[in-house]
Amino acid sequence: MGRYIARRVIQFIPVFVLATFLIYFLVFALPGDPIRALGGERPMPQPVYNALVDRYNLSDPLPLQYLKYLGVARDADPACSDDPDVRREVNAGTRPAEVCFSGVLQGDFGESFSRRDVGDILSQKIPTTAKLGLMAFIFEIILGLTAGVLAGLRRASFMDTLVLVSTTAVISIPVFVLGYALQLLFGVELGWVPVSGASGDFVSLIVPAVVLGATSLAYIARLTRTSLVENLRADYVRTATAKGLPRKRVVGRHALRNSLIPVVTYLGIDLGALMGGAIITEGIFNVPGIGTEVFRAVRQQEGAVVVGIVTFLVLIFMLSNLLVDVLYAWLDPRIRYE
Amino acid sequence: MSTTVATGPAEVAGHTTDPDAPLLEVTDLRVEFRMRHGTVVANDSVSYALEAGETLAILGESGSGKSVSAQAIMGIIDSPPGFIAGGSVRYRGVELLTMPEKQRRTIRANHIAMIFQDALTALNPVFSVGFQIAEMYRVHQGVSKKEATEKAIELLDRVKIPAARERIDHYPHEFSGGMRQRVMIAMALALNPAVLIADEPTTALDVTVQAQVMQLLKELQQDTGMGLILITHDLGVVAEVADRVSVMYAGRIVETGSIQDIYERPRHPYTLGLMESLPSMDSRGTRLEPIPGSPPDLQNRPTGCAFHPRCRMARPRCATDDPPLLTIEGAGRSSACHYHEEVHLERG
Amino acid sequence: MSERTTDKEQDHVYERSMGSGPDLPNLDEVDLEPHEDGPEAGLWSDAWAVLRRNPLFIVSASLIVLFIVMALFPRLFTWFYPGEQNVEACSLSLSSNVPGQGRPSAEAWFGYDIQGCDYYLRVINGARISIFVGMFVTVGAVIVALTFGSIAGYYGKTIDALIARITDVWFAIPTILGAIVLLSVMGNRGVPQVSMVLIVLGWPSMLRLMRSSVLSTKEMDYVLASRALGARDRRLIIKHIIPNSIAPVIVYATIYVGVIISAEAALSFLGVGVQLPAISWGLMINTASARIINAPHLLFFPGLFLSITVFSFILMGDALRDALDPKLR
Repeated sequence: MGRYIARRVIQFIPVFVLATFLIYFLVFALPGDPIRALGGERPMPQPVYNALVDRYNLSDPLPLQYLKYLGVARDADPACSDDPDVRREVNAGTRPAEVCFSGVLQGDFGESFSRRDVGDILSQKIPTTAKLGLMAFIFEIILGLTAGVLAGLRRASFMDTLVLVSTTAVISIPVFVLGYALQLLFGVELGWVPVSGASGDFVSLIVPAVVLGATSLAYIARLTRTSLVENLRADYVRTATAKGLPRKRVVGRHALRNSLIPVVTYLGIDLGALMGGAIITEGIFNVPGIGTEVFRAVRQQEGAVVVGIVTFLVLIFMLSNLLVDVLYAWLDPRIRYE
Repeated sequence: MSTTVATGPAEVAGHTTDPDAPLLEVTDLRVEFRMRHGTVVANDSVSYALEAGETLAILGESGSGKSVSAQAIMGIIDSPPGFIAGGSVRYRGVELLTMPEKQRRTIRANHIAMIFQDALTALNPVFSVGFQIAEMYRVHQGVSKKEATEKAIELLDRVKIPAARERIDHYPHEFSGGMRQRVMIAMALALNPAVLIADEPTTALDVTVQAQVMQLLKELQQDTGMGLILITHDLGVVAEVADRVSVMYAGRIVETGSIQDIYERPRHPYTLGLMESLPSMDSRGTRLEPIPGSPPDLQNRPTGCAFHPRCRMARPRCATDDPPLLTIEGAGRSSACHYHEEVHLERG
Repeated sequence: MSERTTDKEQDHVYERSMGSGPDLPNLDEVDLEPHEDGPEAGLWSDAWAVLRRNPLFIVSASLIVLFIVMALFPRLFTWFYPGEQNVEACSLSLSSNVPGQGRPSAEAWFGYDIQGCDYYLRVINGARISIFVGMFVTVGAVIVALTFGSIAGYYGKTIDALIARITDVWFAIPTILGAIVLLSVMGNRGVPQVSMVLIVLGWPSMLRLMRSSVLSTKEMDYVLASRALGARDRRLIIKHIIPNSIAPVIVYATIYVGVIISAEAALSFLGVGVQLPAISWGLMINTASARIINAPHLLFFPGLFLSITVFSFILMGDALRDALDPKLR
């Protein structure tokens, strides 16, 4: 197991580097002027423009640009020197942060036009978003697994049909439609949740978490069902029955453990969907988290903030997938020895 | 190891046993698979009996229904589509088919166990073999995890798995085919069952490994005195270990007899065909004769004798009259052929 | 089960009867006669026979046809309409921004939006972007998947490993998050840009599916036989491998259309999808979101149309899966 984890971590590094490079490449190296686009439709003064080109090292060759973006290579500009005295001397007048980008690995995700550091925004908003995401995650796993198991145990029963129909419906309704529908129902009609905005505490996050987790819940339920139906027909389940084990144990330990393997694989992918969904859900319910920040930045066309925050989310996604891989290996001993 | 199987307990799952009854007796068993396209009768009037210490071979091609009767005994037929439509299965005189599931479970663990063809799929891939064997003791005897594991190691030793203590934590995919089948056997024997059903135990294995596994089964049987039902399509395996043989074709038993009777004087052309299609020491130099045609479609069972389309002895009567399984030449010897007396004349 | 049986199914039956399971139920399915239509014909004609009787398929197929026609010829849905007029002809005096005004009525079935445009006409015209983006992206992803998936699965070894690693890298980027980044730095966003970004980010899952399907097809007897007879690789891939491994991809692609339509709407809703004055359901919902209390109909109709469109594709995918997967019969 230890060797497996070590191998996964080693495999993870090139994927991580290449994936971040891919994002970087697509953002900064594709035709068009990303710097102008970062500013949206507002006219951008030439000095600001120049500062941004300098800041993202866009005059360097692409690989160097990228290394500087990651923060592996240092900006050679004396204005970005580690030594504060050198810095002060070189750019009397301009603030070094404007030209110096220390790189995403150094925790620098850029800053907004109003000079707010994206890193600050992140550290301020992460707790709320993490709480929301965790609630959605727990909600979807518990309900999704329960519904999937109930449906899979009795194929073609009423419960099975109910789960299939309702999950198809939930998957079909886009998150933002569902979000507004529930806001109308619980907020406007029933008055259970505030319409103006969630405070970020547990109770105010319940409805947003349900909305956020709904689609994944439906996928988990279906995946569990299919997987369980398949596994219940497997030879080893018949062996377990032949061993005289109680039905509960045959299903709950033998079949379920195997059925969870594809579900866990899905959970890794699902985290990405959850993050995309969080941006929408927080926007709808005015939850003061990272999503609202992205939502606001997109609407105000602050490209730099959008790119910074989303790059951060992608990094989190990759790291969580590493965790999911470990969990996967724990569930399925076969892959540890590939 | 206890040797109580010879006399047997007076009570089984709360039912009083009959000391005069055979260890296991299947009578007129009928199993149907009811599917969208129609009903398939997988077992029709299947009867056989097994005594302690005895090995009964059930011989037949794939699709002859030989595994279905075993699954009926164990109560593990997939239902739906499978249904037991009639007959009885008695263990020491106690009827199993009408028994509530909870009692049935005790029977499955403590009295009748089964091993399957492909141990790789029959063992759970995500649990260590130790867990899977120890589970028998933990669930049925409620012993501690530590004690159960000790017992599991003993068992692995008994089925001759080298370095049992180290291998106890390994997973099924880390064992070779033969070793996996030994694990399967160890698991089945955990609670000293009086009957072991082996469903094609060696089919998935290499020939040399096959012999080792059969040898092991034989030794274990001698140690414990259990009755063994060996389900196979392999006449060679039958010859080595079986005391008696029931030959199945298209869901029915077509011939029964002791191993010598069957070999020396087959009384059904299908049995004869099976033997002729098998290479053997004394047939050296003669041509191997496969049975022409393929097994019948059970949904459209041929009229009369189900074997007649493939039978070289077939006469007009065979296509119209269904031959019953009749006792011939005394007890334990029967055949379902109108012309059973002529079968030996066909022998080349 | 009809009399015809494909090689795929035979293989399946073979596998099952190799197991120690109840070997009998399969007997009626075994039909060793080779069929002259080739291996793939049986699967599709069997699937069609199953589909024709499946009410869910009929419902979803009708809805899909309806939405495609709506996307291609919106006028078919508006010429009879009382308020039939140029979609752009809006009158601020009708705006639903005024409380109590612009609600659905006999003249304006879906009411008016805040610019006072007829909402029925706008909702009908909104189908185009959803359907087009859904189709473009799916076709693009399928082409990538078929090409590289069959190459990876068929040739294996180095090229397979290379494609697998590239796929891994792509998989590390969640589609919606990646699309937000890319689109937010694009100044000019229309259907082509949104479609391209979704293709660029969306192909890996389909490629993996195709690859694994090709891997199992590759080992089938008739492929091995054609290979042994000296059939050329390209011919083999196009004539045998692709037709026999495409079934799971088709199922997934159908569902994928729905997923992409939903994603496009989400991006438009967020403000990084197509831009005004384009008519898109996602944009309409975006605009409506600030007025859900006063004018809920602005949210309801595009939301309903969007959900039904996505629903039809997902339902269709389910029906296809049931029909094409012999295991479920």
